[in-house]
Amino acid sequence: MIDVIIDVTVLAFLTITAVAIVRMTNLFAIVMLFGIFSFLSAVMFIGMDAVDVAFTEAAVGAGISTVLMLGTIALTKDRKEKYPGGHRPWLPLAVVIVTGATLVYGTLDIPAFGDLNAPSQKHVAPYYIEKSMEDTGVPNIVTAVLASYRGFDTLGEVVVIFTAGIAVLLLIGGRRRKSDVAGQAGEDDDE
Amino acid sequence: MNNLILRVVSKILIPLIIVFALYVQFHGDFGPGGGFQAGVIMSAAIILYALVFGLDAAEQVIPSTLLRVLASMGVLIYGGVGLVSLLFGGNYLNYTVLASNQIAGQHLGILLVELGVGITVFSVMLIIFFAFAGRGRI
Amino acid sequence: MDFFIGHYNYWIVIILMMLGFYTVISKGNLVKKIVGLNIFQVSVFLLYISIGTVTGGAAPITTEGVVLYSNPLPHVLILTAIVVGVATTALGLALVVRIKESYGTIEEDEIHECDHSL
Repeated sequence: MIDVIIDVTVLAFLTITAVAIVRMTNLFAIVMLFGIFSFLSAVMFIGMDAVDVAFTEAAVGAGISTVLMLGTIALTKDRKEKYPGGHRPWLPLAVVIVTGATLVYGTLDIPAFGDLNAPSQKHVAPYYIEKSMEDTGVPNIVTAVLASYRGFDTLGEVVVIFTAGIAVLLLIGGRRRKSDVAGQAGEDDDE
Repeated sequence: MNNLILRVVSKILIPLIIVFALYVQFHGDFGPGGGFQAGVIMSAAIILYALVFGLDAAEQVIPSTLLRVLASMGVLIYGGVGLVSLLFGGNYLNYTVLASNQIAGQHLGILLVELGVGITVFSVMLIIFFAFAGRGRI
Repeated sequence: MDFFIGHYNYWIVIILMMLGFYTVISKGNLVKKIVGLNIFQVSVFLLYISIGTVTGGAAPITTEGVVLYSNPLPHVLILTAIVVGVATTALGLALVVRIKESYGTIEEDEIHECDHSL
């Protein structure tokens, strides 16, 4: 019962934060609220027994993402959203409601939350849970699956991160030339 | 950036954050943690240093050329472990052949691979942060 | 009623997802769009982890005397997805910075005006 109460409370906070983000116009407030959103989702992950994921979300989502967004705001010097109303909110709203309704229709077939007999619990997961200790000797099943059973997957992820680092360096690495900053827009600086 | 309290508190905090990152890195086999989290926490320590003591001081602590080398080093360690296991007669990334028995081999392989992940994540996060922070100065 | 209790988690996560989606497609400010994209992303993570949860299960770290664990597979997938997510977010923000330098604005409408006036 206490699980359900924590679950509902955190979900309610998450929804309130998300609605506040949609309605706010001050970019600084939006970014700070996103940090709160990340921390709340980390709490939610702990409630659903995903301790490793919660750890990562708290460190990455709330830490690094927020710092990078603040850095962007400092660089772009825009403090407020200029056209908070948008032009025609009805079309996006309709698209969102239709998509949401389709997704909710899709959940009707999904087994209930926490069901032990759901197909997702019967596929390879039992093998990992039973055998990982004797196969690898690592008590943390998530680490065993991440580094050993699915090593190729993780190798790919590391390469993706590496590529993203290179791409950011290509885009904004190096200093701007003085002429670019002082003068006209449009000229490309390829330093 | 002459706030005395910030300077003193961060000087106490940064070593603790680094030790915690190392703990997360090497204790990831037994408790929650691993290379991804440790890399991010480690880079958070340097980011805190850069925010309090300035970007130039932070770049003296860890030069950006070193970071670029480290980022590729991590990926190379990961791929290299796979190649070594190929040379020892196993499949790519099959760590069993790395040591005398299966448990020891897997343990060694997982430790090395997580180390590679940690180094890459640490340096890429710092590369990204320095790119954003360095853009502001002319 | 049982059906409702078993599924409200998914529905609220879908509402969060749609709030993020709405931010992406209706707001003109590029930084706000990226925040919306991140909300969408975190909601997808929540949906995945919800699917892997087992009622009464323990966190997937092998312990003496525990037999029921949550499904570790979604945890692994989402763990890597979070870190890749921040890398792509950084890439998006870098693009925003470059757009600001070239166009002098990060509002979508003004960027379109700049493009049309060329």
